[in-house]
Amino acid sequence: MNKPIIRVFALLLVLFGLLAYFTTRWTVIDRAQLQDNPQNKRQLLAQQKIERGSIIAAPGTILARSVKRPDGTYSRRYPTAGLFAQSVGYSFLNPGTAGLERFYNGELTGRTQGLDQTLRKLQGKREQGNDLQTALDPQAQQVALDQLAGRAGAVVALDPQTGRVKVMASVPGYDPNLLRSAKATSALNSAAGAPLLNRTTAGLYPPGSTFKVVAATAAIDSGLFEPDSVVNGDNGVVISGVPLNNDGGEAYGDIDLTTALTQSVNTVWAQVGERVGKRRMDRYMKRYGFGSPVVVDLPADERLASGDYCTVDGRRKIVSATASCVDIGRTAIGQDKLLTTPLQMAMVASAIANRGVLMRPEIGTRTIDPEGRTAYQNKPQQFSRVMSAASADKLTAMMTRVVQEGTGTAAALDGIDVAGKTGTAERDVINNITQPWFIAFAPATDPQIAIAVTIEKTVGGFGGTDAAPIAKAVMESLLR
Amino acid sequence: MRARNRELLGLLPASLLIVAGFGAVFLQEQTKLGDLSLTYGAIFLGLCLAAHVIIRLRLPDADPYLLPIVAVLASIGLVVIYRLNETLARDQAQWFVIGLIAFAATIVLLRDYRVLERYRYVIAAASLFLLLLPRVPGIGQQANGAYLGISLGPVNFQPAEFAKIGIIIFLASYLRDTRALLVSRKRFGITLPRLKHIGPLLLVWGLAMLMLVFIRDLGSSLMFFGGFLAMLYVATDRLIFPVVGFGLFGVGAWFFASTVGHVGDRVSAWQHPFDPKLYEQIGGSYQIAQSLFAQADGGVWGQGFGQALVSVGDSPILPAAQTDLIYAVIVNELGLIGGIALLLIYVLLIERGFRIAVLARDSFSKLLATGLTTVVALQVFVIVGGVTKVIPLTGVTLPFVSYGGSSIVANFVIVALLLLISDRARREARR
Repeated sequence: MNKPIIRVFALLLVLFGLLAYFTTRWTVIDRAQLQDNPQNKRQLLAQQKIERGSIIAAPGTILARSVKRPDGTYSRRYPTAGLFAQSVGYSFLNPGTAGLERFYNGELTGRTQGLDQTLRKLQGKREQGNDLQTALDPQAQQVALDQLAGRAGAVVALDPQTGRVKVMASVPGYDPNLLRSAKATSALNSAAGAPLLNRTTAGLYPPGSTFKVVAATAAIDSGLFEPDSVVNGDNGVVISGVPLNNDGGEAYGDIDLTTALTQSVNTVWAQVGERVGKRRMDRYMKRYGFGSPVVVDLPADERLASGDYCTVDGRRKIVSATASCVDIGRTAIGQDKLLTTPLQMAMVASAIANRGVLMRPEIGTRTIDPEGRTAYQNKPQQFSRVMSAASADKLTAMMTRVVQEGTGTAAALDGIDVAGKTGTAERDVINNITQPWFIAFAPATDPQIAIAVTIEKTVGGFGGTDAAPIAKAVMESLLR
Repeated sequence: MRARNRELLGLLPASLLIVAGFGAVFLQEQTKLGDLSLTYGAIFLGLCLAAHVIIRLRLPDADPYLLPIVAVLASIGLVVIYRLNETLARDQAQWFVIGLIAFAATIVLLRDYRVLERYRYVIAAASLFLLLLPRVPGIGQQANGAYLGISLGPVNFQPAEFAKIGIIIFLASYLRDTRALLVSRKRFGITLPRLKHIGPLLLVWGLAMLMLVFIRDLGSSLMFFGGFLAMLYVATDRLIFPVVGFGLFGVGAWFFASTVGHVGDRVSAWQHPFDPKLYEQIGGSYQIAQSLFAQADGGVWGQGFGQALVSVGDSPILPAAQTDLIYAVIVNELGLIGGIALLLIYVLLIERGFRIAVLARDSFSKLLATGLTTVVALQVFVIVGGVTKVIPLTGVTLPFVSYGGSSIVANFVIVALLLLISDRARREARR
């Protein structure tokens, strides 16, 4: 009888091996997958016991802070309500986290403190995260929101020398404090105008004539053109087999590129685009950051890539400018299949302002541990050198003319030179629905601020009349 | 070294473990680290010593490792329950004392356990009665759709825990008598026993199915039936019996899974734990999903003792953490390492059980030891397998570790019976 006894034992050993294997599966093999499961609230719950660090704007205004609840857990409050809604984001058990709250979650919960946190735990002190210092400017942000005045749109302003984001306004917005209630959350999720969407980084729009600045960069920095190169600006030039019209059907005759930018002459820039060619255009677009999700310290799913979007195999996806579906002449004037985020266009202005060097846009500047020491310094980083300093100077001169005497005079500031470019994308020709744009930097001689402004829909509005005044007001506030 | 001295020495690690364990909980709870943990350790050691003395006096030749292994398991259980809920731990400690009394009583009263054979039909009838007790209106209780518990005044207990011992005793005795008859008749080249011999065994199968219907618990019936098949196989050494048996069980289980709502729910929760509908449903997959999440958080090394997130405020994240999901709590806090270590301790326990079965001289003792050991092993498999999604999760206790009075007491009786068999076998072997 002993043999079957040993066999029964062996079978049970196999069963126990199965238990060991499955325990290994959940603790090691499938661990990450289980922890990322949206139904798994354990990480979030554990974090409720930690005093999350505050998020602080440039002058010390608190944008997000933790308050202790009677049960000893912490809850998030946003003292400035909807001011920086989409960029600061939110952190609640439901609906989770977004924006800076999500991107800097590790710092804010102190998980990156390592030994320090372990020591504090051993000493029985409460767990406390690091504070996040940002460069955000509440006053200028308020100006941007006031100027948009409820119209869906976006304003992004950054310091071209450091890449620090000062203004990141997206309308419509929301009060993150409301997300504490599940009802308000689901209402916001389905609300018209998608208030939860951060339009500055995840809104994709046709850039219109603001993109001519990118075409001009490729044309001049490659040495093919100079600001005084002459091109015929008559109406109805055939581009990719289809005649192209200037605004109002105007014929300009032979004009130089500076004039063509100042007056935003479509036919000139389309021809320039064709001369520059797809490969060169693609190279400069990539240097500006087109083609990959816009870089900034926000979660990956809140950032989209700017560039030409073609329908390939029934699915719309981003392609490089060299793709066969791209009409490079019309791309050069911001039409055709080109879609951009407002932050991407602010980066274009920023690169020219910083004499050809594009700095990486960053919202957070540093984190501060509970003892007041700097835990992590977010040093300004170069994203790319887009063009030579000389080319940038030439473009600056051209863009300064736009504001001095061209389409962008509404952005002119008293005693300060502003370099800019207007854009008016046609969204619905029949109903005359347009999307006005304005990108700029100032002072033109010593740029402190680079900005992009857009309004999603106006009836017959123009970049020069609708977007430029907003840029002016925000720049005024930032340069005060 | 003499067997009893080895046993005494083996109790030392268990006592150290419980002192360290309570110490860790005190540290974690941040109340002052008093001599209370030492007190708990001392009381525990005292109880183990009492058990040891009883064995020394009555069963001097019994297996020396069973008691230390059980003491280690019990101390793990007490510490983890203490960490979850102080009141429950005090209850559990009381049950531990009652369990030891039952243990001592079994050893003292059953000097010669073979007298049990004489009462096998009485024992079988009593066991059946116990099994069906939870369905008696007024005292029976339903939990999560299963009928496992009864409540008599202030005392709740699960009669199935005791019924399993009785049924094993009956089967060991019955199979001892009929094992030769079961394999004696061959038809068409295969072993085909007469109905009158196989009849009572078919009755046991019917009983397991009945349990599915009446108690509605897949785990318990798998445990009972698995133990039965192991004994049948050991008795006859014919693989055909367990194979056909498992087949019949499978058919029955499938039938009930598709007809009895509660069993079916458990099966679909097991297959799709993250299905949003099942996850939200009461009695759905929330428990198993949370068990897996808790284990994932444990990782290889665990979150650290006392670190598991069991509840937020008053709402539990891990339902039934101290009973069904105690293994998930252990893996969360002590990681894969802790989980595997616990499984290895059970393997040691089972190994001792089968060693006793192998050493035993007579069929009844062999079958009894095999049955008792297999049932304990299968109980571990059913609950740990349920918690780790090997099989559908059903509510049985983790022997000696989970909170639960009847379980502790019944398992102590099992250990006492194994020691009785062991003492006799080793004494006879020495002669």
